[in-house]
Amino acid sequence: MALLKAGGRWASSVCDTEVIVVKGPEGEVSLTCGGVDMVEAGSDPVSGELDDSGDGTQLGKRYVDDEETLEVLCTKPGAGSLGANGNALQLKDAKPLPASD
Amino acid sequence: MLLEMAAGGFGDRVAVGSLDGGLTVKQVFDHAGVAAQRFRSANVENVAMIDITSPSLPICLFGASWAGLPFVPLNYRLTNQELDALLERISPAIALMQPETQERTSGNLDVHSVTRDELVASSNPEIEIPTDWNMDGEDTAILLFTSGTTGEPKAAVLRQRHLVSYILGSVEFMSAGEEEAALISVPPYHIAGIAATLSNLYAGRRVVQLPEFDAEKWVELVRSESVTSAMVVPTMLSRIVDHLVSEGTDSPGLPTLRALSYGGGKMPQPTIETALKLLPDTNFVNAYGLTETSSTVALLGPDEHREAFSSSDELVRRRISSVGRPLPAIEVSIRDEQGNELPSDEPGEIWVRGEQVSGEYKGLQLTLTEDGWFPTHDGGWLDKEGYLFVTGRIDDVIVKGGQNISPGEIEEVLLQHSAVADAAAIGLPDQQWGEKIVAAIVLHEEQEADEGELKDSVKEKLRSNRTPDEIVFLEELPYNETGKLLRRVLKEQLVDLGDGSTV
Repeated sequence: MALLKAGGRWASSVCDTEVIVVKGPEGEVSLTCGGVDMVEAGSDPVSGELDDSGDGTQLGKRYVDDEETLEVLCTKPGAGSLGANGNALQLKDAKPLPASD
Repeated sequence: MLLEMAAGGFGDRVAVGSLDGGLTVKQVFDHAGVAAQRFRSANVENVAMIDITSPSLPICLFGASWAGLPFVPLNYRLTNQELDALLERISPAIALMQPETQERTSGNLDVHSVTRDELVASSNPEIEIPTDWNMDGEDTAILLFTSGTTGEPKAAVLRQRHLVSYILGSVEFMSAGEEEAALISVPPYHIAGIAATLSNLYAGRRVVQLPEFDAEKWVELVRSESVTSAMVVPTMLSRIVDHLVSEGTDSPGLPTLRALSYGGGKMPQPTIETALKLLPDTNFVNAYGLTETSSTVALLGPDEHREAFSSSDELVRRRISSVGRPLPAIEVSIRDEQGNELPSDEPGEIWVRGEQVSGEYKGLQLTLTEDGWFPTHDGGWLDKEGYLFVTGRIDDVIVKGGQNISPGEIEEVLLQHSAVADAAAIGLPDQQWGEKIVAAIVLHEEQEADEGELKDSVKEKLRSNRTPDEIVFLEELPYNETGKLLRRVLKEQLVDLGDGSTV
């Protein structure tokens, strides 16, 4: 369990996935990838076995929980899928803005 | 982080330059790594750029971030003295500049130099590319000196978290098709030049650069490089429109240009209306933003342009002169002088809040309120649907007989007169009223309008205290090179002229 602050970078313990937190809920969250706890980027991974039954993560895509209180952006893709407090995160639909610069 | 993602996602796409011979995203990434190592080993505090835009811009910008150093683009048109004064404030520094620029700077300063070619030279085997790319959100990404029309220029601080918030909040990763290309003609020391470099790279859109704006070259580049989108400031658009008009009925138009965004100053309504007619297949976007807000905070999109343009409802039609609605991650509030929120349709000061908003100047107290609002010093109002209208800098407000009058509304009316090419209203000292309204007018070639006629045109549309007391005809109005009207310079010119003279 950890507090997920916007801008925080987290790495999978069991695959190549890395994410950056775009929006985090107020309380602590257990953020997982491939079923195993993610760790702050740069720190040692925790041990566990990769569950690669999901679709994995895609570079540049956003993932949200059901209430959309948590949003992360995938900065490195991997085989594991993301979860928070035991529930799978969902791919968020892009709502493109017109380019302004 | 943004470049690292782009290199991982679409490293083979061309990031900057022509499809044939441009630098790929992967090449920019590798060069930025080499640059980062060079910047680190120079033992400096800042990475400056005193140069026109070139493929070295993204390399220098990302290399500085990689090295954890602020990137400080300076206006290469400053005088030698002004340049030295700024360099002194940021030294020890390394600066991207050409030898002829280096000769202009004082040798006494602790400023190393690196040239354009040195940054894009093929990879140097002696320099090892650093593998750590763990920049901190609190690192200063950019220091941008404001134009400094009064007193010493202030250095706006944009941290990594501001820029990353802006990009993540407004651009979808790899959302551009492979055939897309954006033309950047604003200089590197303008926030729009930086924002365009970042957002197009993140979207996977090739960037074509025009170092020094010229309407004919701009049009040529759009055609030869099959440019699909571009950002221009108002003076650029009016010159582009003039150029297209001069091509006559044989003009091939700009068929590849899908999107044209404009911002960075007030766009005369006739210019945008002519542009909409000349380029019927182009999507127009009006963007409003400031350096201190990491570029765009509100925009008027293509559909809103069309809707406003074709509507018979005056309330919808006038939105063509609005800057649209705030970005999803931005809040806008209109405040009175005491900081109280004002209801819709009431003019006041524009305040903005959001993760991308910095409001910080180096060495000065943070200008954000305790709850994160940034007072922009821009005047404006919101309509009932939340469209934002910007009336101009609050400091430019004319105070006549105790009434606050915004020059913008007077200028807008004057510009609708068919003989008027450009107009500016300013306040000059007046014994009776405190200030009087003087309108400086530039007429189109071979067209005429007299003083009474112009005054009447304002009287018909606005309250009577908005009618200019004097009309002065000038050959041209003073602008800086990024299209900002220099009101202070104009004021000095008019004071020197005395009353009602014609130049």
